[in-house]
Amino acid sequence: MKKVTTPLTKQARVKLKCGEEVLLSGTIYTARDAAHKELVRLINEKKKLPFELKDAVIYYAGPTPERADGSFGSCGPTTSSRMDKFTPALLDKGIAATIGKGSRSPVARNSIKKNKAIYFLAIGGAGAYLAKRITSSVTIAFKKLGPEAIYKLKVKDLPLIVGIDSGGCDIYA
Amino acid sequence: MRKINVNRIKDIVEGLCIEANMELRGDIYRAIKNAFKKETNKKAKRILKILLENADIAKKEYRPLCQDTGIVSVYLELGQNVSLVGGGLKSAVNAGVRAGYKKGLLRKSIVKSPILRINTATNAPCVMHTDIVKGEKLKITVMPKGFGSENKSGLAMLNPTDGEKEIMSFVVETVKQAGPDACPPYILGIGLGGTFDKAAILAKQALALPIDKMTPKKHLKKLESAILQEVNKLRIGPMGLGGNATCLGVRILEYPTHIAGLPVAVNVGCHATRSASRTI
Repeated sequence: MKKVTTPLTKQARVKLKCGEEVLLSGTIYTARDAAHKELVRLINEKKKLPFELKDAVIYYAGPTPERADGSFGSCGPTTSSRMDKFTPALLDKGIAATIGKGSRSPVARNSIKKNKAIYFLAIGGAGAYLAKRITSSVTIAFKKLGPEAIYKLKVKDLPLIVGIDSGGCDIYA
Repeated sequence: MRKINVNRIKDIVEGLCIEANMELRGDIYRAIKNAFKKETNKKAKRILKILLENADIAKKEYRPLCQDTGIVSVYLELGQNVSLVGGGLKSAVNAGVRAGYKKGLLRKSIVKSPILRINTATNAPCVMHTDIVKGEKLKITVMPKGFGSENKSGLAMLNPTDGEKEIMSFVVETVKQAGPDACPPYILGIGLGGTFDKAAILAKQALALPIDKMTPKKHLKKLESAILQEVNKLRIGPMGLGGNATCLGVRILEYPTHIAGLPVAVNVGCHATRSASRTI
């Protein structure tokens, strides 16, 4: 299986084709509904963002609390389409890829194509299995949001499927 | 009168919250295993295998099956010859939810107000339904439900002259709308009749019924099989990437209704549909 690493540069992105199965290693950032709302507000107000968006990867996920050893018990993807309305603003700022479950709206898909970004699918409902591919985590923003905070995760061989590729080919369309 | 201390109820709810979230129901595990054996689509087969592995890891390593450990519905069937002592029932049940979610390191996903959206940080309160029945037993059913699938559920007020065909087409349309988003293969809980609210409660209760058994009512049994067959023709498959397994099981509950209507509620359940019960 093809291995990909972060930061996910444009050269690496254009080589990925929809339907392809890959193993992702490197750094990714969790962000779900409330964090998206905050990030886009910060962008609109031209304020400092909690992490460098260029070539970064966002994981639509809200993990269960840390266990005694600091790892998450469960951390799978949430439904991506709820983030669609925020996606163009983030991709325009350089986000390389998003990871979630389910289909995307035409607006999100067009933005992915325009920015030569990627939409990856992770297996929904396999949170225990996926959490084992996370090697470390740290909260970097919006701590008050609890499970909706932004966590910086290090992942090793996270199994993903290319849902929408940089050319706009959509596995569900 | 048999006395039951509400602290005992609290402890049971606590335990059931953890059990439901860490251990995939036996009927669902077997259904996924069966689907895995029969699946001809290679990608679907690989995904089903990972779902089984996920359930094994969760049980063995004490991890939640899914990070969305849900909003908790608690169903109580309380015998009328039981006298509850030691405090309030509702607060004991909610204390059980809080304790279970804390101890089990389960995600706290409840916001205080749908408008203000401040997390309660305890996963309480739960949604509680109490039915007073004959006898002196208490049955407690805990159903933590993720919102990926809850968001795709639907309700229709059909006409009284409609029948199986119209019910079926509404259910199929609901699943089609869910598509790949709500973690297929699905389990469908369907509530027929009653009122607008009753149909929805029945649909959720139907999700707690074992999917390897069918209803004893002949007219519903036929409908459960027909819906299962029809929904699987959609070929949504695991992760929505195609395959034979779109739906693992369909359960229906019905209730008398008005001459002017036919309420139909479909509660979409994911492949990690969770519930645990105990009777004392």
